[in-house]
Amino acid sequence: MPAEVDAGLATLSDQLILATVLLYIFAMIGYALNLAFGQTQTQVESPSTSEPVLATVGGAASSGSSASSASPVPASASGGGGDRTEKTPPAWTVWAGPIAVGLTWLGWAGNLASILTRGLAVDRWPWGNMYEFVVAMCFTAVSAFLFMHLRYRVRFLGAFVTVAAALGLGFAVLYLHVQAGPVVPALNSYWVAIHVTAAIIASGLFIVAGVSGILFMVRKDTAVRLPSRQDLERVAHRAIVIGFPIWTFAVIAGALWADKAWGRYWGWDPKEIWAFITWIAYAAYLHARATAGWKGKAAMIVQLIAFGCLLFNLVGVNIFLGGLHSYAEVP
Amino acid sequence: MEHVEPTAKERAVSEANPDQATGPAAATGTVVEDTPAENEKKREVRPAGLGVVGWARWFWRTLTSMRTALILLFLFALASIPGSLWPQRGISDAKVAQYFTDSPRLAEWLDRFWLFDAVRAPWFAAIYLLLFLSLIGCLVPRTMVHLREVRKKPPAAPRNLTRLPHHASFEGALTIEEAAARLRAKRFRVTTGPDWVAAEKGFLRETGNLVFHIALLGLLLAVGAGSLYGYRGNVLIVEGEGFANTVAAYDRYMPGQRVNAESLEPFSFTLQDFQATYVATGERSGQPLDFSAKLKVTDAPGAPEHDYSLKVNEPLNVNGTLSYLIDHGYAPTFKVTDGKGQVAFDGPVPCLVAQPSTFASECVIKVPDAQPEQLGFLVAFLPTAVPMGKEWVSVFPGAANPLAQVYGSFAGDLGLKNGRPQSVYEIEPAILKKMKPLVMKADPLAVGKSLVLPNGMGSIEFTGLKEWIALQITHDPGRTPAFLAAILIVGGLVLTLTVRRRRVWVRIQDVTRATGPGPGEQEEAEGRSESGPSTKNRHEDGLRHVEVGGLTRTEGGDFSEEFAEIVSALNPGVKDAR
Ligand code: HEM
Repeated sequence: MPAEVDAGLATLSDQLILATVLLYIFAMIGYALNLAFGQTQTQVESPSTSEPVLATVGGAASSGSSASSASPVPASASGGGGDRTEKTPPAWTVWAGPIAVGLTWLGWAGNLASILTRGLAVDRWPWGNMYEFVVAMCFTAVSAFLFMHLRYRVRFLGAFVTVAAALGLGFAVLYLHVQAGPVVPALNSYWVAIHVTAAIIASGLFIVAGVSGILFMVRKDTAVRLPSRQDLERVAHRAIVIGFPIWTFAVIAGALWADKAWGRYWGWDPKEIWAFITWIAYAAYLHARATAGWKGKAAMIVQLIAFGCLLFNLVGVNIFLGGLHSYAEVP
Repeated sequence: MEHVEPTAKERAVSEANPDQATGPAAATGTVVEDTPAENEKKREVRPAGLGVVGWARWFWRTLTSMRTALILLFLFALASIPGSLWPQRGISDAKVAQYFTDSPRLAEWLDRFWLFDAVRAPWFAAIYLLLFLSLIGCLVPRTMVHLREVRKKPPAAPRNLTRLPHHASFEGALTIEEAAARLRAKRFRVTTGPDWVAAEKGFLRETGNLVFHIALLGLLLAVGAGSLYGYRGNVLIVEGEGFANTVAAYDRYMPGQRVNAESLEPFSFTLQDFQATYVATGERSGQPLDFSAKLKVTDAPGAPEHDYSLKVNEPLNVNGTLSYLIDHGYAPTFKVTDGKGQVAFDGPVPCLVAQPSTFASECVIKVPDAQPEQLGFLVAFLPTAVPMGKEWVSVFPGAANPLAQVYGSFAGDLGLKNGRPQSVYEIEPAILKKMKPLVMKADPLAVGKSLVLPNGMGSIEFTGLKEWIALQITHDPGRTPAFLAAILIVGGLVLTLTVRRRRVWVRIQDVTRATGPGPGEQEEAEGRSESGPSTKNRHEDGLRHVEVGGLTRTEGGDFSEEFAEIVSALNPGVKDAR
């Protein structure tokens, strides 16, 4: 592996990440304005929930809401429908939503470009240290949100996903940033591409689920402008159902890599232990929903515990516990 | 074990169709049907006064219940946490020893609870074994139930299709046979009645689920077998030296309980050369880029020798026994001439790395053969030495200016005769205290230079530089089974999370009858063997009233979309939708 670093590209990558943070913040403001002054969430939802099932055939964009017709929205959620005629929201707020989505796409592109330029600058997969890892994770979280948005009605999450991404990137830039450079020999392996990529994708999905879970917890029943509990639950469940197999794969790929690098596929290293605990905690969430029939708060708490384990594995283990996986290069 | 509380959807079905209740749950004993015989059994399950058998049965049922399994699962996760909080034997022995010197009383207590050996602790094994049993106990009956279910026909249509969560109706010229054929084309398994079609698919969900759980069991087994029948060893080799895979050749050998020492793979190799490359300039100066060890390998006695370039992430594999490059360091060579003018030592001395970023290392030379007195040396090795004030330090891990600095040489008894094993990397302080100091902190020696000891005790010459590598050599027969199990785990998981079990019923009636559905009609619909209505359905091209109902047994996903597709596939009026 060449040790040369393209300094120009590396600088460009650093600048792009700043632009990304700004775009996410602007997008967040747009979503917030839309949430605060636009139509309330329930008004947006109520026409689709009353649609007959067959009317949604072929309409991919509305399929998210058609699922809710199978599990009817309780009266409290559709109670806000009455004031629709009373006050029409100002025209600009109608645009705040789509503009926010547009800004998110721009930020997403900036984030992607930053990752690509960094990768090109050092001529390797750009997730060799904690800074790069966090940047990539914010990217997958926003990607998960945007792709869900293409298919389902999840714009209500925008403000919260973008603020989480902006915070994550800000944290990375301020506290984790290290100069672009080559990695130690142990990281010089195609397993980085497989194992770390899977971990990043799964983490991105779990972040979206975690954001939904936190909202679910802080949301009061009277707060009609915030997304409904069912919506939040559904988004969290979808994200985890996709994320869990990917996480499983990531852990297994990690074991395969450990088998190549350290001579054992599982050695109860702190990072391995916490990846395993995270895995079990998400499995417990799926079990709680699938077999114990837990809904709502109880399942969400399990989900948030799992999310806590994930974050601890990322931050806590790298900083406090060390172990063989100590390449994180925390500055 | 499965859904103990039937969901609303399921209740709707089981009302309409009593044999639904004998699903997996009933068969494994969580939901017991109220037949007299079953009631008898229920009473029997209570442990009170039933003696050993009753207790055993109660214990088994409790152990294999879903809740116990989940609790065990949680406990298993919790039990692995200590291993990440305290240093572990076999992974970081030095840190464990440090813990014992720093806070001996606490360490002693922690050790009593096996907290330095967390994954070998009895409590860890207990949870592991119980989880294992629990999994077996619930998987065997579930597999049986599933095998039976797969062979069962879909249940008859419920009385009232409009009560199902998904429902549609249309008028069309559809016959029972056509409906069945179209559903079969959508890969449903189908049964028909006089005026209805029942279809079901998505058995792969439960299959995937069972595969996942069974593979999980397999993984636990493979890991266990690997630690029983495998071994692990460490060895340090200096350039030019060789290794033959026998127990005696290891510096440290850690066999599983069932390993036969004679069965070690009989390969051998010599280390020709080791190369480490580092970033030379800039902020990351000194960061390693690549390690590579050139080996000449003989797979078995008598086999031809071949070259192998051993690298991190690229272990040497000889028939499943793997050698890994896990560490490296410098082994400067010294020649010690004693007071009588004889060469008492000549060879490489592997040094321990004191400072990983610069590879400043510490070496110990013991010369028991020296006359008139035994000699001992403490040497600092600096691969890229520069002066800093009065001290010499190393600034780079590569050997750009290698110097060896004798900072202590001693004469006297090295204490090797009492038979107690000693570390080759250290002279115990107690022994050192009894020896006579000769030279303290001499000027550093370049290669080829020597230091003359006072009192005619001889001299030491820094003759050259070699490097050492540390290898971990493992044989784990559980690797391949564990790998296969892992593949099945992911595959089963994807199936169980993406496939949905779904049922669709179609009921077809003549238009005239459908306009006014009376109570009598429902009775007819129930009787499977009645042939009356089916003949009425065979009016050629007559418009009929078709009702379609559907349900999915698991939440999540959008069955509505698929259901709509099914409906339009059934409705000949919208052919283009197919
Ligand atoms: C003895 C222990 C276990 C029992 C009795 C058990 C039982 C079950 C059952 C009955 C289901 C069916 C859910 C359905 O069909 O909807 C299920 C699903 C599942 N189990 Fe287990 N399981 C056990 C252990 C585990 C373990 C150790 C894991 C992994 C950490 C695990 C992960 C899962 C997952 C991911 C699902 C899929 C959940 C879903 O369908 O959404 N299980 N388990």
